Amino acid sequence: MEYPVQSGFRQRKIQPEVRMRGAPVDPGDPRLLFDDTSAGGIGHRQALLSDPVSNLAMVYGSSLASHGREMMDQNLDRFIPISKLKYYFAVDTVYVGKKLGLLVFPYMHDNWEVSYQQDTPVAPRFDINAPDLYIPVMGFITYILVAGLALGTQNRFSPEILGIQASSALVWLIIEVLAVLLSLYLVTVNTDLTTIDLVAFSGYKYVGMIVGVIAGLLFGRMGYHLSLLWCCVSIFVFTIRTLRLKILSEAAAEGRLVRGAKNQLRMYLTMAIAAAQPVFMYWLTFHLVR
Amino acid sequence: MHNSANMAFTLYALIQTAILFTNAIAVLHEERFLSKIGWGAEQGIGGFGDEPGIKAQLLNLIRSVRTVMRGVFFCTVLILMSVHSYDY
Repeated sequence: MEYPVQSGFRQRKIQPEVRMRGAPVDPGDPRLLFDDTSAGGIGHRQALLSDPVSNLAMVYGSSLASHGREMMDQNLDRFIPISKLKYYFAVDTVYVGKKLGLLVFPYMHDNWEVSYQQDTPVAPRFDINAPDLYIPVMGFITYILVAGLALGTQNRFSPEILGIQASSALVWLIIEVLAVLLSLYLVTVNTDLTTIDLVAFSGYKYVGMIVGVIAGLLFGRMGYHLSLLWCCVSIFVFTIRTLRLKILSEAAAEGRLVRGAKNQLRMYLTMAIAAAQPVFMYWLTFHLVR
Repeated sequence: MHNSANMAFTLYALIQTAILFTNAIAVLHEERFLSKIGWGAEQGIGGFGDEPGIKAQLLNLIRSVRTVMRGVFFCTVLILMSVHSYDY
């Protein structure tokens, strides 16, 4: 049975209107996060050992292994929410391509809402507006490698530098996420932004940083400054348009002018978060380009 | 032009900074200091109908940090004392 894909602002505000946005492009069921690639069937057991004792031992061993794995999964799930993390990695190539294009050129996109389905957000591969963790993680790793490359071309490279760059960038990311969490708490915003969402949004700036540093390597300082300026502005616009829907109240987000100190404070908060992105982008890359 | 301030920002430095900041918040004394500048616990609770403002949230945060740190400190002292008693 096909459930219609609903779109609405926040999960807590109930009864968003059911808007049939048309079936998702992917023929797979939207409720499945990942494609089913199992080989199907367990019947690969060959009669290697016809001895009943070793058969018994094999069965017992396999049951022990599965029991152990179950227990480990349960315990691990308490600390790191593995099932929630899986949602953020349910991406495909089309999504990644479109999202990267959106990060560099967000001016033509009109509909920034995240679509929901039965109160849970749709997986990123079906909705380009949903945050994911694939691009931030890959961007972070690529940034470290590109930093190493940039330092290498200036004869400043040593293997420890990679570790130092990685931990430094990670520390700034943690600081930024903590600062955003603190300010969201202080302004008492009722939002469904989770910590992982904030990590994802903070990680999108690595794309701009990589573009800037590579342009700096190819075209010198002028190329670095121009491309970094372009990426800074586009990340600013992207962040504002994405966070506006999540932080501001519904009326203000739709563009209608809503007076009131609370909405103004939330708008300032969104702009502050968005303005911090170019600052970090410049701070983390300017020492790489000479 | 070598930016050394950026280069050595390790995770350990972050943990140290976080602990020192938390400790600084936890040692702000209620009576002697916060009440004097109008940030005491009884001044923060505004009307219940309205959403708490920034000042009330900040005061809540300070109070909860103090409570949590007290609990952590107490448990650490307990653990250290119980470990130390095995020396004899």
